[in-house]
Amino acid sequence: MRLAPILCRRLLGAAALVAAVLLLNFILIHLAPGDPALTIAGGMGGVTEEILRDIRRAYGLDAPLHRQLLLYMERMLSGDLGRSLFYDAPVLDLILDRLGPTVLLVVAAMTVALALGTFLGVLAARKPGGVVANLVTLLSLAGYSAPAFWVGIVLLLAFSATIPLFPLSGMYDARAGGVGLLRALDVAHHLVLPALTLAIVFLAQYSRIARASMLDVLGADYIRTARAKGLSDRAVLFRHALRNAALPVVTLAGLQFGNMLSGAVLVETVFNWPGLGLLAFESILRHDHPTVLGILFFATAMVVAANLLTDIAYRIVDPRIRAGTAATGNPR
Amino acid sequence: MTARGRVLATARAPTPARETWARLLRNGSAISGLALLALVLGTTFIAPGFYPADPFDIAWRPLAPPGEAPAVPLGSDFLGRDVLAGIVHGGRATLVVGASAAAICMIIGIAVGAASGFYGGLVDEGLMRIAEFFQVLPALLFAMTLVSLFGPDFLTIILAIGAVSWPPIARLARAEFLRIRELDYVRASRAIGASDLRLIWRVILPNALPSLIVAATLAVGAAILFEAGLAFLGLGDPNVVSWGLMIGANRDFVLEAWWTVTLPGLAIFLTVLGVSLIGDGLTDALDPRRHGR
Repeated sequence: MRLAPILCRRLLGAAALVAAVLLLNFILIHLAPGDPALTIAGGMGGVTEEILRDIRRAYGLDAPLHRQLLLYMERMLSGDLGRSLFYDAPVLDLILDRLGPTVLLVVAAMTVALALGTFLGVLAARKPGGVVANLVTLLSLAGYSAPAFWVGIVLLLAFSATIPLFPLSGMYDARAGGVGLLRALDVAHHLVLPALTLAIVFLAQYSRIARASMLDVLGADYIRTARAKGLSDRAVLFRHALRNAALPVVTLAGLQFGNMLSGAVLVETVFNWPGLGLLAFESILRHDHPTVLGILFFATAMVVAANLLTDIAYRIVDPRIRAGTAATGNPR
Repeated sequence: MTARGRVLATARAPTPARETWARLLRNGSAISGLALLALVLGTTFIAPGFYPADPFDIAWRPLAPPGEAPAVPLGSDFLGRDVLAGIVHGGRATLVVGASAAAICMIIGIAVGAASGFYGGLVDEGLMRIAEFFQVLPALLFAMTLVSLFGPDFLTIILAIGAVSWPPIARLARAEFLRIRELDYVRASRAIGASDLRLIWRVILPNALPSLIVAATLAVGAAILFEAGLAFLGLGDPNVVSWGLMIGANRDFVLEAWWTVTLPGLAIFLTVLGVSLIGDGLTDALDPRRHGR
């Protein structure tokens, strides 16, 4: 199959998903108890009758429902995600302000989790049933079972409160006030514990998938050939097997992007990391509904985009999928 | 027949369930998981009888460390409430939320997956689109939004968790139904005129159960973690004591009093670990390819 028609279908699907999120937001606003205008304004003090009137006019709340829906979608898609009364600022500006730290956190965590998880998975696949394999299984079960915020708190207590290796919270030291490289080092120093926390939770799943995928691949004929050629164990594992076994891991990582964002909410709250998750958390406590709904929409759009990119990326990377002759993997 | 004879007779008639159970009892992970879960269930459902202290009562000075006073063996929280009482009494809510949310997730997941895999075509296409939609929604953000709009009561929380966790179950059930519906005995049942409902419910579903049971144990663990996360953010039901609620309430005091947050967190960790270990053991016990080992 050629790439272009598939790409078109995927793009259409992605657009449909984004539209569906808008529909969901719209339904939620109308299902929530009380006046929709009040929900859109955010249910805290300081809402005047004038503001409500403006909102009713802007969102056409007196018009029939289907007109309202169209108006709502039009507004959202043109980038107007509403206005936060708390900050007295457009929601989109708030989100874009906080996007950087979250992306930094998620990318750092995902890199660590992918690298370490794959490595552990390969180790475990080398000798199934051995001590190392069982240890990796146990580690991954423990990582999966630990609440993300609890891991964060334990790390915080251990490596920040008891042994002061890393800063307690935030993203940079206000007193340092450095620029350039100093600033980057400061941020990296603050990033270690949050990123590690988020990585530990996902590490578990990647190592399991990597192990299963490696076990599958290690039974293949070309691995026997590679061994028969007299290649070293390491060359067979990392150069021949891993290249083929990595695909499911990368696919999972792409699909897990949404879960990473969910985990980021908890981790950002523990470490006071000034990202989207912390903004969502603070906005919920303030009943700042436009910001909460805006973040939900924006985050979902990000997940859709990430899934689309993963899909395209592995079609390009793996010739078997491009040719539509993939023998392994999930039937779709 | 003698007692011994009866035992032998039972042993001679192994059912799939009994065989699985026997294999489970030879499995290291499953045994440790069952032991952990027994510990948790004992603490949650039997210990309150021996330790009736009210977890909402002020029992001692605030933030007392463990071991300071017999009134608060595991220390007190920021209001002076007994942490041990919270751990002993808070498990019920956590387990009930976990089990109910997992049940909802399984019901939706199996219904959607069964319809999708059994009927195929447009039904499949439509249902899988819906599943995809719920899979791209960042689950915690969506549940947070629901709870913030509709209020943090028990039912909303359970429904929110169930609503965001079913797609993986649906995909699994669909794959199983797709595979099984082509098998000979299903064709045979169809040929003798079994209704769709009978085929789905009595013929295919029982054979899809092994992998769904494993998924269900994982779903319980995931739901407990999910509830704990919501409660940590302060979005749990404030009127019912739960491990998550203790963590959420004491979050700001964690540096002064580590025990207020780490101990309930440990309880959650051990519970989910127990469930995951059982799930891991079940995977082995139910997988015919691994019986030789």
